[in-house]
Amino acid sequence: MGQLAGPTDPAADARWTDRKPRKGFFTDTSICIGCKACEVACKEWNRNPRDGDLELLASSYDNTGALGASTWRHVAFIEQGRSRIQEARETGRALVDLGMPGMGAPEPAGPAPAAPAPARATAPDAPPDTQEFRWLMSSDVCKHCTHAGCLDVCPTGALFRTEYGTVVVQADVCNGCGTCVAGCPFGVVERRSDGTAAPNHKRGERKGEKPEIPNFGVAQKCTLCYDRMLDDQTPACAQTCPTTSIKYGDRAEMVSVARHRVAELHDQGKTEARLYGANDLDGVGGTGSVFLLLDEPEVYGLPPDPRVCTADLPRMYKLAGLAAAGMVTAAALSFLGGRS
Amino acid sequence: MTAPESDRLPQPSPDGQGQHDHRRGQHIRRRRRRAGGADGSREMPMVPEAEFTSYYGRPVVKPAPWGDEIAAYLFLGGVAGGSALLAAGGQLTGQEALRRNCRLSALGAVGLGAVALVLDLGRPERFLNMLRTIKLTSPMSVGSWILSAFSAGAGVAAAAEIDRMTGGRLPLGPLRRVLRTVEKPAGLEAAAFAPPLAVYTAVLLADTATPTWNAARDELPFVFVSSASLASAGLAMITTPAEQTAPARRLAVAGVVGDLLATRLMHRRMDPVAAEPLHEGKAGMMMRVSEALAVAGGIGTLLGGRRRGVAAAAGLALVAASALTRFGVFEAGIHSAKDPRYTVEPQQHRLAARRAAGVTDDSITTSR
Amino acid sequence: MANADCIVIQGSNMAECHPVGFQWVEEAIARGAKVIHVDPRFTRTSAVADKHIPIRAGSDVVLLGALINHVLTRDLWFKEYVIAYTNAATLVNEDFRDTDDLGGLFSGFDTATGTYDPSTWAYARETGGHEDKASASGRAAGDEFGCGGPVLANSRVLRDETLQHPRTVFQILKRHYARYTPEMVRDVCGISLDDFAYLADAITSNSGRERTTCFAYALGWTQHTLGAQFIRTAAILQLLLGNIGRPGSGIMALRGHASIQGSTDIPTLFNLLPGYLPMPAAGMHDTFADYVRAVGSKKQKGFRANSDTYIVSMLKAWWGDAASADNDWAYDYLPRLTGAHGTYQTVTDMLADKVEGYFLIGQNPAIGSANGRQQRMGMSRLKWLVVRDLSLIESATWWKDGPEIASGELRTEDLATEVFFMPAASHVEKAGTFTQTQRLLQWRHKAIDPPGECQSDLAFFFQLGQRIRQKLAGSADERDRPLLDLTWDYPLEEGGDPDPEAVLAEINGYRSGPDGREPLSAYTELRADGSTTAGCWIYTGVYAGGVNQGANRVPNGGPGPAQSQWGWAWPANRRILYNRASAGPDGRPWSEQKKWVWWDEERHRWVGDDVPDFVPDRAPGSRPDRALGGPDALAGDDPFIMQCDGKGWLFAPNGMIDGPLPSHYEPQESPVANALYPQQQNPSRIMFPRTDNLSAPSAGAPGADVYPYVFTTYRLTEHHTAGGMSRWLPYLAELQPEMFCEVSPALAAERGLEPYGWATIISPRTAIEARVLVTDRMTPLVVGGHTVHQIGLPYHWGVGTQAVVTGDAANDLLGVTLDPNVQIQESKVGSCDIRPGRRPQGGELLRLVAEYQARSGVTIVTGNVRITDPDREITDPPPGPDAPGTEGGTP
Repeated sequence: MGQLAGPTDPAADARWTDRKPRKGFFTDTSICIGCKACEVACKEWNRNPRDGDLELLASSYDNTGALGASTWRHVAFIEQGRSRIQEARETGRALVDLGMPGMGAPEPAGPAPAAPAPARATAPDAPPDTQEFRWLMSSDVCKHCTHAGCLDVCPTGALFRTEYGTVVVQADVCNGCGTCVAGCPFGVVERRSDGTAAPNHKRGERKGEKPEIPNFGVAQKCTLCYDRMLDDQTPACAQTCPTTSIKYGDRAEMVSVARHRVAELHDQGKTEARLYGANDLDGVGGTGSVFLLLDEPEVYGLPPDPRVCTADLPRMYKLAGLAAAGMVTAAALSFLGGRS
Repeated sequence: MTAPESDRLPQPSPDGQGQHDHRRGQHIRRRRRRAGGADGSREMPMVPEAEFTSYYGRPVVKPAPWGDEIAAYLFLGGVAGGSALLAAGGQLTGQEALRRNCRLSALGAVGLGAVALVLDLGRPERFLNMLRTIKLTSPMSVGSWILSAFSAGAGVAAAAEIDRMTGGRLPLGPLRRVLRTVEKPAGLEAAAFAPPLAVYTAVLLADTATPTWNAARDELPFVFVSSASLASAGLAMITTPAEQTAPARRLAVAGVVGDLLATRLMHRRMDPVAAEPLHEGKAGMMMRVSEALAVAGGIGTLLGGRRRGVAAAAGLALVAASALTRFGVFEAGIHSAKDPRYTVEPQQHRLAARRAAGVTDDSITTSR
Repeated sequence: MANADCIVIQGSNMAECHPVGFQWVEEAIARGAKVIHVDPRFTRTSAVADKHIPIRAGSDVVLLGALINHVLTRDLWFKEYVIAYTNAATLVNEDFRDTDDLGGLFSGFDTATGTYDPSTWAYARETGGHEDKASASGRAAGDEFGCGGPVLANSRVLRDETLQHPRTVFQILKRHYARYTPEMVRDVCGISLDDFAYLADAITSNSGRERTTCFAYALGWTQHTLGAQFIRTAAILQLLLGNIGRPGSGIMALRGHASIQGSTDIPTLFNLLPGYLPMPAAGMHDTFADYVRAVGSKKQKGFRANSDTYIVSMLKAWWGDAASADNDWAYDYLPRLTGAHGTYQTVTDMLADKVEGYFLIGQNPAIGSANGRQQRMGMSRLKWLVVRDLSLIESATWWKDGPEIASGELRTEDLATEVFFMPAASHVEKAGTFTQTQRLLQWRHKAIDPPGECQSDLAFFFQLGQRIRQKLAGSADERDRPLLDLTWDYPLEEGGDPDPEAVLAEINGYRSGPDGREPLSAYTELRADGSTTAGCWIYTGVYAGGVNQGANRVPNGGPGPAQSQWGWAWPANRRILYNRASAGPDGRPWSEQKKWVWWDEERHRWVGDDVPDFVPDRAPGSRPDRALGGPDALAGDDPFIMQCDGKGWLFAPNGMIDGPLPSHYEPQESPVANALYPQQQNPSRIMFPRTDNLSAPSAGAPGADVYPYVFTTYRLTEHHTAGGMSRWLPYLAELQPEMFCEVSPALAAERGLEPYGWATIISPRTAIEARVLVTDRMTPLVVGGHTVHQIGLPYHWGVGTQAVVTGDAANDLLGVTLDPNVQIQESKVGSCDIRPGRRPQGGELLRLVAEYQARSGVTIVTGNVRITDPDREITDPPPGPDAPGTEGGTP
């Protein structure tokens, strides 16, 4: 059994001999325009079915709802008034004051994806006036955790760690036991139960009709486009993102780009900016998909302090053993009791 | 969107339970007071205390896609495990009726349980993939092997009983001698895997991101073995004449005591928010009835266990109590996953607590 | 745009409707640029902008006019640039009268025809008197003159470089915009003084030698009864600030589809020939000589004087040997316009049974055009209808499942229209070019063969042409000559379809030399002697050297800042037009930071990062003999080489139908009175006073309160216009599955609208239903004391049964009233009422609409009066005999 918690190289942990540099996303929500091209490109490339009931979901422009078996990129839309914006800036400042994590100054940003430093950044101690209103957009995706609950609890080995340190489901192995669904602290992976991928060209075909469903009944989630990765291609979502809000590359570089960017925003007084998943000391050992958020994670539907369940597994086994022993003892005593 | 704003919109209620929305309503009002004014613009800038905000009330984690088959399996696995122990005891102490009945119960329970498991798979035809590998990090994998090993022993032992009951009319031929010789070791083998079978399901539930299950991880194994003990003992009291159920009755009482202690301890040590689903709603009701039945069954066993009728009644109560415990715990967990509050608030609490204790380097949210 | 220091996005939702182009805005932001979004709604563009300024739809001229006034009164204009490069110093003739003198009209208005005689707007002449009268050429004349405006016989104009003379354009401009103040902006646009100050400061502090500001607009500016004037106002502002022809400057016209720019370059417009050459008009361009004189006389300054070479080369490309000097290059094969034939005139003609057949090519007017009911009723009067599209769009199925079938106005069994559906190939199933917003031609390779009977438009029309020519073969009838003489001989690919590259080569053009035909490399090589051909002169060079330049795909466009190795930009692969203006009069760049092209003394040439947009060896200081015409007449400081005086036009002596300077008029339907002039609406607007096109009362007139709210229509990222390319695709349909309206919490409270419940929106045309999005993104505006609520309506959905998602069509609410310059409908603003609940079905719907009409007392006269208040608006005596024709459904 590999390492269950703490910083590590997951591919090495999975005993890959010819492992590649760990790949990951950096999703910079501060430049997302909510065009949802990532959602569509993902479904196109992975042939994921349309899901949902073709009705407004009562959540601003978000009619996708959440990540799921057929939705591997989900763009959240959050409308906020002044007081909430103020709060976000304060919670962000509180984070800065915590001065965390103790991981040294941000390294210089990597090459391509790094945005050039602003020509006229405002002074650090001059926060911009709080707006009356803002509309947050954020493209969520599988976190490809260093310690992936879904992978750890999978009984069949259908979920595996790739040489790039990402987590992928083998649809032909999975028997749909659903343990991974409960094992994911981010609610990403799901068992596919419906949806259609057929365009509506044929006469007579109607809204709601559902032709055969690919990979029915098995767990499905983002593969970080493992198939494209093998050909040195960029994942479909990052490839299509018009504003480079979704960046893809070596995870180490993504993290440094993210640190560079958040520092840039702090310099502009935007203390609401914060990183999510860039800390290898967190409950999942850091995520492969790093995010720059402008408010608390739960506002985006992300857990504020996720912890991979298997981190506590040894203790659970120990206590279970104790309980089992107790059961045996009780049974033994109930028989021996009769003799004496 | 802030809760006050989102409050104006109809919140999709993930589980469609009235009390669920009701709770959010209360919560919003709590915020309203704190924010002072609908838009809260006059509010003093301050770091808000850890409190619940969600994305349109949608779940953060996903509930396991498990139906009642799994809840039933939790129960049946326990019954099977306990029964196999009792059968072994009967085997060793030469109480034939107890041995026979418990062997049959064990096979029956584990058989039904296995069927339930397979039916709940997304792709039942692939159930054998469970034995494709051994993964210690996966309680489901470990459990599958325990279940298989147990079933083998329990199956052989029970087959021997059936052969005897049918007066050796099973078409076994030369195998009959083999069966006779492996029967005893098989019974003991099943007994060896019985406690693991009874307890691993606790780890299966606890080893998830499902808030209530995970929060109960320390005590759940004890709850489950106790529940397994009293259930199997209760079943024995139903199936077996009183003169041979003395051990079962002792086990039953021990089980009841253990069940009460473990459950109460569990409630006390869990994060209060994560424990809520165990008290409220359908699950809470099942847990309360279960406790009552367990107590009743225990007292019945103590006072009238020697009288067949009373014993049977008490046994029935115990069996029901165990079933309700398992369904209650199962339901509570599923519910806790559907409401983001149970995921977010306990996490905020523990994060705040760590920070208060000076641990500031392990948050997933960082300023750089 | 990436080079801009400040970007003002107004009349456009760029991030949502042009997300790919928006990457350049994001890049500018990354470089520290400030982005301001002026829009009635807080959109996904506002979400990433530094500031969103809500504005009342249709009031943009007031805001931009006030910025002009701000720049002039505070002396913030770019002196050297304005004096040298614009017509600020030019004198206008003494008969010109401005709107302040005439209660909202300019001199020369003819109330009978609703058109202007622009002769009094002309430049004053050295020789005294007027210039040769350039008459308004009837409806839709403005855009016929493309970017140049019509003839100005030669360059002898009077200028006062001190700008002091009261008749200089500069002084006229100052007077014209004097009443466009921040207070006026507050009271008309609903924009606070602070927000105006913020905007004014952002623009002016980011303009000048060191910095540039860029504007971006789309249909939020064009789709108004004075849309062309919105853009003119921005052009004046940008000229005053020196923001034309320089990196990070300009006014970006964001085009709505992949190749909508291409479809105006090689137009699908009734009044244009390729390259913005006007379509000959009966009575004006009867002979080839008339035509050439009208579009570009040899005496005129600038490259438009070479128009004869452009038209002759085009005629040669079309008719080959049949076009010769003897028959004026087959000029008479071209039809002559007898009036406006825009889509809306055509539909009214259908209703009058004047049209038998109709082709719909990738267009869904049943959903996408204003007053959809009128469109569908019009189609129901056709004998035959051909729909070429990717799927069975509503325009192909209205006869069985359209709203009029539901309401009982039409019964399928009564309809005689024969509808043919021709499945079309999608853009990945055919090769060709897209010409996008930046004038960039990008070659598209074919990815897969079209499925089934789907066909490319090229193949379709090629074969249609062949069949018609077969039918006409041997005909002696003169009228068949143009068809029979057409060069219709394209090489075929395997599969039998014509080779698209051959078409591109024909558009580029050839010189017939000794050794056969050689591709031309620049439009300057075109000749009027028949030795050259070119299907579209501005595209000449796209096939230079026989190479498909549109297919150039050097990563990042190559090393230079112009990125000139990605695709090919017309003309001459020039990335910034009029870029001579990026250098000062002396030929040196205005600043190191903003250098683009400059004069190289040693090599005695213009050089730089881009292809210089000037006579390559014309020295900065040169002052050619003013008797000369054409390019030779261009002085060293005449950067606007297509203009007949080489200058940027602050004041348009002609070329605009509805006035030389933009003035604010209220929309056709408006809750408020025009605060600037007695004249309420644009007097030159094109009206269709019909019972099926009623307009709501305006400005507190009786019945105005029946339709108290303003609605505006728009697109969402998730869908494509009328939905033909998105509502049929599950992946797109699921992202925005239902028709909705966006309202402010205040309006929701006022009308009792439930969030995400249903609402019914009623206009004088019809009523539709939509789900309600209650959002703070919609801001109620206080205008002239009272609150104006605006309702947002995406227009992607339609009533039908074929699409994955369907819904009511917002455009059905719109009336048809047009901008006189470009014939575009006013679809960005209208009046309506909104109430909770779903709309009635069937005949009940008609009764609801009629009940509202009755209550408001609307008639065909309502809103269709030309002169709002004749007593206060003095109009000139009607103009001379050459008063323009009055077609186009005007009253």
